[in-house]
Amino acid sequence: MKSYEEINRKIAAGDAVVMTAAEVAGYVERKGLEAAAREIDVVTTATFGPMCSSGCFLNFGHSSPRIRMTEAWIQDVPAYAGVAAVDLFIGATQLRHGDPANMNYPGEFAYGGGHVMEDLVSGRELQLFALSYGTDDYPRREVRTYFTINDLNQAIMVNPRNCYQNYNVAVNLSDKTVYSYMGTLLPQARNATYSSAGQLSPLLNDPHYDVIGIGTAIWLAGARGHVYAEGTQHCAIADRNDYGVPSEGAGTMALTADMKQMIPEYVRGVSLRGYGVSLALGVGVPIPVLSPAHLQRACIRDSDIMAPVVDYADDYPENSGRILKHVSYAELKGGGFELNGKEVAAASISSYNKALKIAHRLADEIRRGDFLLAAPLGSLPRESRNRPLKIREAAQ
Amino acid sequence: MSEPTVTRKLMLFFPRCECEKPIIYHLVKDYGLVVNVFRAKVTPEEEGYLVLDVTGTESDIEKALAFVKTFDVKINAAGKGLHWDAGRCTHCGVCLPHCPTEALFYGNPDKREVAFDEDKCIECLACIKVCPFNACSSAF
Repeated sequence: MKSYEEINRKIAAGDAVVMTAAEVAGYVERKGLEAAAREIDVVTTATFGPMCSSGCFLNFGHSSPRIRMTEAWIQDVPAYAGVAAVDLFIGATQLRHGDPANMNYPGEFAYGGGHVMEDLVSGRELQLFALSYGTDDYPRREVRTYFTINDLNQAIMVNPRNCYQNYNVAVNLSDKTVYSYMGTLLPQARNATYSSAGQLSPLLNDPHYDVIGIGTAIWLAGARGHVYAEGTQHCAIADRNDYGVPSEGAGTMALTADMKQMIPEYVRGVSLRGYGVSLALGVGVPIPVLSPAHLQRACIRDSDIMAPVVDYADDYPENSGRILKHVSYAELKGGGFELNGKEVAAASISSYNKALKIAHRLADEIRRGDFLLAAPLGSLPRESRNRPLKIREAAQ
Repeated sequence: MSEPTVTRKLMLFFPRCECEKPIIYHLVKDYGLVVNVFRAKVTPEEEGYLVLDVTGTESDIEKALAFVKTFDVKINAAGKGLHWDAGRCTHCGVCLPHCPTEALFYGNPDKREVAFDEDKCIECLACIKVCPFNACSSAF
């Protein structure tokens, strides 16, 4: 057994042994679990993909005379101004003002909240336009100005739900193209899309939330960030296989970090034809090897991870709950799987390439002594369920 | 021995319309070229373009290009109407099943790194529509 303190002492001294979740399974097979657990201190996990439940709080500082913003737009993308005078929140899926959306079906969705976040992190100059009704203490009623992230007091990313533990594989069984948040799905299951780093994915390497909890230090697009809460829709109660892999989405995390420390490569606006805008984000999570059992769980392989295949033409929109079958990430990454006697070409909407890069980057930071672990202050819920929205005809 | 045939991809740009002249006809009829048009937009009073493969002997292709140059047409012999931006690509691979000629493919399968083979691209533009990161763009 190792403690967080022991591991952090080794990291600080530059002596920590760190491996990515992609490398560790093979190493443990060669060395044996007990010996490898004594040797390895940290396993790095990562993912990169669209994470719609993302946004950021920005503080602009006060102008002379002051304004208390009540409506605001950044690059014509509406921001939420219902917080303090010069604080704004902008969400990843917010469309730009005047976007025709799906009136020209399928809509293009060239720019939105996710792109504002990408531009911010890239240091580009953005336009702020804000209105107010004017008060005695905040008399200014309109402001139009230009700013970069360096002009802001704070730019704090806040992601209520990231890093779904497992995720659907989307297909389209109908006769016409489906435009979805999982990408363009061709008729009669001519393609399938999935969204997970599989064996590298953070919560699949700690399936029962033993070491990832509230307060865990994470790598969020290059910044040192934290898990601040369970993610929205976190659903710990799920059918799980022998490796703890849930048969559906299950666990999620809420993440936060300082955008001023982020790297543009890992904060990317997303345009999904016919669906809308979003943000793709890179996340790295270190798993401390506190015991052989923790290491064992971090040895999960793509062949052990099964994902549910769901029809996005009918079952997903109708929320029927029907799952067509389960397929392994080994099959998905191998290029496809069989469905109703036909081979379906599978492609990922998350990037394993970037996830791998992040796992290596985080491993390097830990080896250099630049990234210390943080023991969780609290656990992610292990009993919670996910409720559907009930539509009531009348107030009760 | 007869001169071997080669295939060259050409991008022709029409600053103003030369569309009343049957240029392609002459490429086929007078220079014996095999022509495969990928994309064309030649409309009166507008800028136009033509992206095509021509197959023939080097000398016939040279003569044909000299003929094309007698019109108000710009020839881009390195012509690629479809640009893949390696920096914007996140290598997710969501485009791969949509690319009919495997011009977009995993160049490094271990790292799952997407690569683009310009010579295989037929400019169907499917990738532009499905790329979430705007990594693919058209010159036109």
